[in-house]
Amino acid sequence: MGVSTMSCHAVAQPRDEALGSYRTIAVVGPPNSGKTTLFNRLTKLRQKVGNFPGVTVEHHTGYIRDANGEEVALIDLPGVYSLTPKSEDEKVAVDVLTGKMPGTAAPDAIILVLNSTNLHTHLVLAARVIALGLPTLVLLNMADELHNQHGHVDVLSLARELGTPVALVSATTGEGLIAVQNFLSSASPSPEPLELPVMGSARGYREWAVRVGQNAGYRRPATPVWTARLDALFLHRIWGPVVFGLVVIGVFQVIFALGQPLSNFLQKFLDTTGVQIGNHLPAGMFQSLIVNGIWKGTGSVLVFLPQILLLFLVIGILEDSGYLSRAAVIADHTMSRVGLNGKSFIPLLSAYACAVPAIMATRTIESKRDRMATILIAPFMTCSARLPVYTMVIAAFLPNHPLLGPFLGTRAAAMLGLYVLGFLMAVLTARLLKSTILKSKDAPFILEMPPYRWPTLASLGLRLVDRGKAFLYRAGTVIMLVSLLLWAATNFPMHHGQPPAVQDSVVAKVGHAIEPAIRPLGFDWKIGVGLLTSIAAREVIIATLGTLHGVDPESHATDLQAALKHELTPAGAVALLIFFAFAMQCMSTIAVVRRETNGWKWPVLQFTYMTAVAYLAAFAAYNIVGHFTH
Amino acid sequence: MIFNFIFGRHKSDSKAGAQALSDLKVGESAVLSELEVSPPIAEHLMNLGFVPGLVVKVLRSGPGGDARVYRVDGTEVAMRRDLSRHIHVELLGAPAFGD
Repeated sequence: MGVSTMSCHAVAQPRDEALGSYRTIAVVGPPNSGKTTLFNRLTKLRQKVGNFPGVTVEHHTGYIRDANGEEVALIDLPGVYSLTPKSEDEKVAVDVLTGKMPGTAAPDAIILVLNSTNLHTHLVLAARVIALGLPTLVLLNMADELHNQHGHVDVLSLARELGTPVALVSATTGEGLIAVQNFLSSASPSPEPLELPVMGSARGYREWAVRVGQNAGYRRPATPVWTARLDALFLHRIWGPVVFGLVVIGVFQVIFALGQPLSNFLQKFLDTTGVQIGNHLPAGMFQSLIVNGIWKGTGSVLVFLPQILLLFLVIGILEDSGYLSRAAVIADHTMSRVGLNGKSFIPLLSAYACAVPAIMATRTIESKRDRMATILIAPFMTCSARLPVYTMVIAAFLPNHPLLGPFLGTRAAAMLGLYVLGFLMAVLTARLLKSTILKSKDAPFILEMPPYRWPTLASLGLRLVDRGKAFLYRAGTVIMLVSLLLWAATNFPMHHGQPPAVQDSVVAKVGHAIEPAIRPLGFDWKIGVGLLTSIAAREVIIATLGTLHGVDPESHATDLQAALKHELTPAGAVALLIFFAFAMQCMSTIAVVRRETNGWKWPVLQFTYMTAVAYLAAFAAYNIVGHFTH
Repeated sequence: MIFNFIFGRHKSDSKAGAQALSDLKVGESAVLSELEVSPPIAEHLMNLGFVPGLVVKVLRSGPGGDARVYRVDGTEVAMRRDLSRHIHVELLGAPAFGD
């Protein structure tokens, strides 16, 4: 944002009386009002959009131009039902609207987005927002759905009732959005305050909303037939869980069957490009830095991009279509047994892609203790960064034999086993937390079921661009930095202007220093270096081992898998897999937990707990498997 | 339908006409009368439309009979029995307001 509250007001007082233009406009609306889609449409800014109540957990800012070509800032707020902050989302919204959000200018106008197909419920929020006294434009969204289902509302009467401009719009088709431009250029310096009746109780608000609706000739549209039909199937006692299971399997099938070949293709492309770049550079330290340090290190992470994008695409489709809310109802039955509720299901499913967005998504869980428990178990879910590590180690040690015909091979079974292992540890940890430090009465599970809708390509596309950027940014910064550090550690100290043999390098010294601690797990110093560098991000261990073996004369010609086989016993390989299943090796996750819990207490506790579990489990696995393989 | 409901069930601990939302069967409707829950939860429920005086209908029940989906004034909301048994409804009479 950059504009502070102070400077905004300094400008706001003398300005615009003649010009009549707003500088900062807050976009407010209840969950499922299509607010985010509208925001994207107006600003062309990438931002998540979803059907699941409360999916927008951070407010985003976008810019549009008014008739004079002046830039106006639009702040997209989390979806709220009221202005009495109950969850984090509502607190964010209230803070911004009242100008209490640090670093965000107090808005000088409000665009209130309401769902025209559910006007009574949403008008309650309108009463509270209009009462703030800021110039407000009320947009009745989903006009297309209202008309298709034979609903009706008289916009002029409603505008008279509310004392604000009102427009019937559709964020998906763009219908009626000219109202926003009109609003921008008709800014009045002092809004006419709406004489709202004194309404102390929620019932008072609701009675007012129903009366206003009646005066505006509001006729609610019929429930879409398809929503009722689909719910009869998706929430069916027997078919509901079956569909749920199929959806979860389908998600993973897409990730593996479609994502893996794409990743392999990208890997080949990156390898070839790396060689070509090397050919254009003079041989020496610089070439080594670029090709072995930067390109290989960053490239080894880039190869996940297809899988991560595919997962976000699939979750995006489920979310936008409305199925995810039904999945939460199905999952609630199971989640309640570990002391959590269905709302934890969405963050936990996202954690299979990446724990970072998953932990951010926990903001929709109202109960603080449930939210904390979900944050603490999310990194046990097998995130996509573990995949390449699993794939590499399993491929090196386990020949692929069919187990169930063409459907399941030994390697896929091993992979599935690791997923189950992570899930079981998450459940165990949840039980542990909910019966000790995070004990609480079950928080009530209250979830709105939006009607089913077709996800729009634009909204899915924007989300993918957003996610892709976030991931590339991570790969481009943290992981490149670690790649560089590691390259330096393997190429120094120099001898007569030449890099040292790997056993004399800095990295070897660090690896040797920690070897006694990891020897009981069957790991040597090279794996030790990998474990250290993978604290940056799990997948970095592959780049590390690649670098270590790339410069190691003994295994120079062999590929990484063969090198691994040379270095680990089968028992050590199992121990390594289990260590990766349980350990919290991810700087980004640690950073996001610190941010979300507002302190170092929880991330430190979590890191210590997960590392201890990983160490003990790997130790046990090494000894048990070692006993049988000798 | 409502009469069948009242006379077809035996519920000793509640007077005729007043029931908990959890006692309704799928497909049945009643008028909300009282939310016997903590203030923040009551606030959230009322924001979603669970306001005394409005008609609530049990749309369907999830797997295992818990949670169930209810409809109030056009909004569909899922909740568990542990909450819906604290929401009191009146079986008789027309809605106080709304439709």
